[in-house]
Amino acid sequence: MSSRSLLAIALAISAILAFAADPRRDAMLSEYAVEARRLDAGFTSFSAQRGETLFRASWNGGDARTASCTACHTADPRQAGRNAKTGRPIEPVAVSVSPRRFTDKAEVEKHFLRDCKSVLGRECNALEKGDYITFMAGQ
Amino acid sequence: MTTPRLAILGVVLMTAFPAIADDRVPPVTDPVVIKECGSCHMPFQPVFLPARSWRALLHGLGDHFGEDATLPPETVDIIRAYMTANAGDVIGQGAGRKFMRWVAPNGTPKRITENPVFLKEHNFPESVWKDPKVVTKSNCLACHPAATNGRFE
Repeated sequence: MSSRSLLAIALAISAILAFAADPRRDAMLSEYAVEARRLDAGFTSFSAQRGETLFRASWNGGDARTASCTACHTADPRQAGRNAKTGRPIEPVAVSVSPRRFTDKAEVEKHFLRDCKSVLGRECNALEKGDYITFMAGQ
Repeated sequence: MTTPRLAILGVVLMTAFPAIADDRVPPVTDPVVIKECGSCHMPFQPVFLPARSWRALLHGLGDHFGEDATLPPETVDIIRAYMTANAGDVIGQGAGRKFMRWVAPNGTPKRITENPVFLKEHNFPESVWKDPKVVTKSNCLACHPAATNGRFE
């Protein structure tokens, strides 16, 4: 194979990787799927649509300043947000804009714990987490 | 002007106008502090509170001003070690020294924004605080773009 075609293949692969796919995110989703199935034997797969509903819904259980995910992340996950309590800028959650999102399980778990308590007033379950990540991975 | 002359001028100016020097504090250099504290708000410089305040704050991360900011114990240990070693009552210079003057000998303040030094320099009409980009008094960066570097001009 010529070095030029090798280069073309390498570029194509890096373009795909840069866009969204990340084995760490896939592994994370698989782990959440196992957990979701344990909670509900009827679980089949995560849904971007349910994730979007979760993202846009208004909740009553949490902090009034963050009744919805959109309070900090804006209605467009491709846009930069702002922490509604501290004013700190937040990089977009959409994976197409921030490819490193949802690639570190410990970070993801830490933020789900804080943010779900803040928005929903409770922890999120594996189904909600998987749906949310699936929605953001397609954004 | 040559560099040594500039440096001398700087020293003279800082002596003549201590306020210029007082607007600066040592920046946070620990990567864990920058990452973990900075994930929700600007990582505040340790000189603004005494060591016992940082100990108290890091002991109660489960209810951090109403937020669950729980971190793994080993991470908290790193943050506590850095914040207490560089606390206002340990370092005692510049803005830190000024802030410590108002802290009672056994007082454990938790909000930097309640210190009279802060209040005196931030005596603005309510409309300033209501600006949507300010959000809260602890959002230093809204008006001090170099705050993370310890510069509060």
